[in-house]
Amino acid sequence: MDKVMRMSTEKGVVIFTKSSCCLCYAVQILFRDLRVQPTIHEIDNDPDVREIEKALIRLGCANAVPAVFVSGKLVGSTNEVMSLHLSGSLVPLIKPYQSFPN
Amino acid sequence: MNTTSTHFVSSRRFEIYEPLNQIGSMWEESFKNNGGMYTPSSIIIPTNEKPESLSEDTSHGTEGTPHKFDQEASTSRHPDKIQRRLAQNREAARKSRLRKKAYVQQLETSRLKLIHLEQELDRARQQGFYVGNRVDTNALGFSDNMSSGIIAFEMEYGHWVEEQNRQISELRTVLYGQVSDMDLGLLVDNAMKHYFQLFRMKAAAAKIDVFYIMSGMWKTPAERFFMWMGGGFRPSELLKVLLPHFDPLTDQQLLDVCNLKQSCQQAEDALSKGMEKLQHTLADSVAAGKLGEGSYIPQMTSAMERLEALVSFVNQMYRILTTRQAARGLLALGEYFQRLRALSSSWATRKREPT
Repeated sequence: MDKVMRMSTEKGVVIFTKSSCCLCYAVQILFRDLRVQPTIHEIDNDPDVREIEKALIRLGCANAVPAVFVSGKLVGSTNEVMSLHLSGSLVPLIKPYQSFPN
Repeated sequence: MNTTSTHFVSSRRFEIYEPLNQIGSMWEESFKNNGGMYTPSSIIIPTNEKPESLSEDTSHGTEGTPHKFDQEASTSRHPDKIQRRLAQNREAARKSRLRKKAYVQQLETSRLKLIHLEQELDRARQQGFYVGNRVDTNALGFSDNMSSGIIAFEMEYGHWVEEQNRQISELRTVLYGQVSDMDLGLLVDNAMKHYFQLFRMKAAAAKIDVFYIMSGMWKTPAERFFMWMGGGFRPSELLKVLLPHFDPLTDQQLLDVCNLKQSCQQAEDALSKGMEKLQHTLADSVAAGKLGEGSYIPQMTSAMERLEALVSFVNQMYRILTTRQAARGLLALGEYFQRLRALSSSWATRKREPT
């Protein structure tokens, strides 16, 4: 879907969320802990919410949200993000977007 | 009047007792007809209405009334009375059978509960005399609102613990003996598979009753105290417990383990905050009387399932460590939980000081 393509290829870390989704919240906390400022697209109030959901599911996110894109490429949902992080592979991906500690 | 026994004094009682002999034969008839069911309605001090099977020499309980011929006459003149009596008999017999069936079913249920209790006790003996934590809260350990899926899970968990104890003993024996890395690797593999089996069991049970899993109802109290999000342990905490057992670690390993610990902590943090948010939202919707709206309960289930990602830290550790280190780690992990369970048991049964 065009909208999703457009939004996901924005620079940096892009996360599709819903305001009611607690796992989306968890993923956002994680990135904040990693000193990354992701671009959040809350799709609840988007008129095309159903289309977006379908597109995200088709891309591979079983629950649509959260859907995490880094540098335009789909990383996955909560499971994938957590697994990557535990194996130490998430930080290298987001390194260019980490802000320096104060 | 026929005398069947000599110790009856009054003739009046005679009249009553004699028919009882006939009633005795009536019993037999009744048993033959109704398959042995007691039909109390037929054992009544005789009245005018009697089944045809009685002999004609009966006398009746009411004194002074010559019923003998009346009875014969009644029989032929009022066949519907007999039919009614027979129908009543059949009905009483049927009710009796139903009562018996209900009673037997009740016995069966109690029997099953008893078997489960015995299994629980067996498991408890393995764990060091700890009596199952659910036994003292409910009379028989179950209430009606425990679904069969959860009961099945508890039984499966009992078996899982037994197998776990066995594997721990085996690991212990093997580590202190001479064993090839390959054999040790097999044991480690099995131990890991065993853990993953538990995760699958919990995920399935979570689908049935997520609150049950999240509150760790099947665990011993001490385990529940340390429990994190229905997952059983905080991986980062557990790493602290295990770290001393991995000595000696190479520098690279040490670095990897430290990184893993930090990633675990961050992931745990994020998930915990997500869970808090879920609890708030759920509480809000309950307060607003909107339970079930949206998808909060399924969200809890997914959150719980996502914990598998975190608990796959066990997998990550496996990647970092050598086989022998992994074996030692698994042994330490198993013993840690054994000690927690024993702590629960000894704490619960401690001698209380008189205050």
